[in-house]
Amino acid sequence: MNAEVELDSEVEMLSGGEMIARALEDEGVEFIFGYPGGAVLHIYDALFKAARVPHVLVRHEQAATHAADGYARATGKPGVVLVTSGPGATNAVTGIATAYMDSIPMVVLSGQVQSHLIGEDAFQETDMVGISRPIVKHSFQVRDATQLPETIKKAFFIAASGRPGPVVIDIPKDITRPDERFPYVYPERVKLRSYAPSVRGHSGQIRKAAKLLLSAKRPIIYSGGGVILGEGSDLLRELAQLLNYPVTNTLMGLGAYPGSDRQFLGMLGMHGFYEANMAMHHSDVILAVGARFDDRVTNTVSKFCPGAKIIHIDVDPAAISKTVAADIPIVGPVQAVLTDLLAALRNLQDSSDEALPDGEALDRWWAQIDEWRASHGLWTGRRFGDSDYIMPQEVIQSLYRVTEGKAFVTSDVGQHQMFAAQYYKFDEPRRWINSGGLGTMGFGLPAAMGVKLAFPEDDVACVTGEGSIQMNIQELSTCLQYNTPVKIVNLRNNYLGMVKQWQDMQYEGRYAMSTYEDSLPDFMKLTESYGHVGMEIRDKAELDSKMAEAFAMKDRLVFIDVFIDPMEHVYPMHVAPNGSMKDMWLSKNERV
Amino acid sequence: MRRIISILMENEPGALSRVVGLFSQRGYNIDTLNVAATEDETLSRLTLTTYGDDKHIEQITKHLNRLVDVVKLVDLTEGAHVERDLMLIKVRADGGQREEIKRTTDIFRGQIVDVGPRVYTIQLAGTTDKLDSFVSAIPDTDILEVVRSGVAGISRGEKVLRP
Repeated sequence: MNAEVELDSEVEMLSGGEMIARALEDEGVEFIFGYPGGAVLHIYDALFKAARVPHVLVRHEQAATHAADGYARATGKPGVVLVTSGPGATNAVTGIATAYMDSIPMVVLSGQVQSHLIGEDAFQETDMVGISRPIVKHSFQVRDATQLPETIKKAFFIAASGRPGPVVIDIPKDITRPDERFPYVYPERVKLRSYAPSVRGHSGQIRKAAKLLLSAKRPIIYSGGGVILGEGSDLLRELAQLLNYPVTNTLMGLGAYPGSDRQFLGMLGMHGFYEANMAMHHSDVILAVGARFDDRVTNTVSKFCPGAKIIHIDVDPAAISKTVAADIPIVGPVQAVLTDLLAALRNLQDSSDEALPDGEALDRWWAQIDEWRASHGLWTGRRFGDSDYIMPQEVIQSLYRVTEGKAFVTSDVGQHQMFAAQYYKFDEPRRWINSGGLGTMGFGLPAAMGVKLAFPEDDVACVTGEGSIQMNIQELSTCLQYNTPVKIVNLRNNYLGMVKQWQDMQYEGRYAMSTYEDSLPDFMKLTESYGHVGMEIRDKAELDSKMAEAFAMKDRLVFIDVFIDPMEHVYPMHVAPNGSMKDMWLSKNERV
Repeated sequence: MRRIISILMENEPGALSRVVGLFSQRGYNIDTLNVAATEDETLSRLTLTTYGDDKHIEQITKHLNRLVDVVKLVDLTEGAHVERDLMLIKVRADGGQREEIKRTTDIFRGQIVDVGPRVYTIQLAGTTDKLDSFVSAIPDTDILEVVRSGVAGISRGEKVLRP
């Protein structure tokens, strides 16, 4: 497990702080998102002097983790965070948990008090390794400066390989002191005897899966965030199109399959499309790829897809048969498994006398799906009510039109998130960036910042609500400092919309703590005070023109405050408790 | 069903807390826990007993395997194995009781490792069941203190757990 370190006269002598700055550069890090403080000042000084890796000074450490997270989701590279000990570290915790739940590669360097003070309740001391333990893929505390290069290399390797996730490196201040220098060599690779992610799926299982898939009469492909993380979107498309099978994506998987393609049934789950949930429930074979049968997908597990055989592909064995038992489990990275599966499918098709899959059965299945789609589908029929107000769905449709479906869309958490997931058709992976697993309000703006830094030429929209945006609104200042002209689309209904929706449906409309009682700031003035542009849209007729006007301001951050129908709910919505995939509310008074 | 999971892991700070943390975090129970370094000082061997059905144990072993510090693990109860729990038990031993306690200890092949005017400390090694039986054989009121190591186990035959 130890990297070879050759000592010769050429080896550079660096302090711990300098090693960190250099290692991040050697690792190819493009941005560090962070906030300085006592325990990390040696590191900051080394970064300042080296001036090789740009650092983005956020206004709150939570935003540093979300910005790094947004960067990682959009680029596929690990996001990097640097925070100080104590409150710096604890402020980062929500963002680390967010990344952990969605398997996002991230390396978090947290300062720590000097080694000899650890355990003495020193100023700004907190047990970061302990606090973060359940929400990291792995963590290290550096005990000796000479371990720094190898530890950093290991952290990046662990964060980005297998099922990705956040890794914390806790660094006591004395380890980074400038007056002690050590030989620095950054290892090219590291090997850990206790960590070997799967590199290929089991060929026998893959052949069995191919056979089952080709025998299907009512198949469906259910793919999740793992397809995006594992760069498997092209292969997924190839496989779906080879077989002409319908595809549904999870909230995390949107963009893994083109949203505007005919074979795409939309998102599934609690607020999934009618046709997607119906097709899942009535299917006979489910090909699950990089998805984890989350409770927001399955509804009541015991009633989940009663007639379906399940093939489950995932790089993490622990994700397989965790909630729903798989008939054919395949552990392996999505690219390798889908490549092998495609070959196995073609092999079977070529060697069979009859046409596979059964075309007639598939036609009947598509006819059924098209009927579902025509009767209650989101895109073929209008699934929201008429109102004098702008409807939130119309705002997302307008955003889609104005950005031609090509924007990066980050979101916060709540109704606006579901509307964005339903009505923006993502044709490419890594364009839809949201906190799916943890559901972290306050994610959207800092994530958008991270995305915009990585893709300065692209449109980046943050779809949000008044609740979420105020959880990290201070980042408007960071956006000014680093010139990240994102577009904030605030679906303003003057409520915590999703909370209100549940209170409407389950608590007889008692709005406990879900209203602001006229205490909201004037977002136009607020945005302007941060040096950006504020815009209000209240009139339906102006929606597209104003949206276009905002996006035409390429180099300005625009806060677009759109006044929407405050009473609108997100539909479809799974009936709970005890409902199955097919049990849904389609509107306030239609239940199937 | 009772399971004995034996884990070979990096002898690093924090490794034990990751294993133990996993159990509390995911709502699994640990019945006994035993951990010490092996002949290779970079490795620790941790043995724990827990209860659960196959599905439950499969999840536990998968999540344990996912921990970066865990090198290898085995569910010893899946095959033939030897398991031992070590108990030190301090009992009241005055007058007539002394002989009775001594006899019971001999029957269980225990050893008296410390003798006081009114107490014996007995060492007993064996399976959990054997230790439980010994405890039941001593009247409750005579038991002063019980310390058990938790189960340590190893496979029978040539099967070994190595990195």
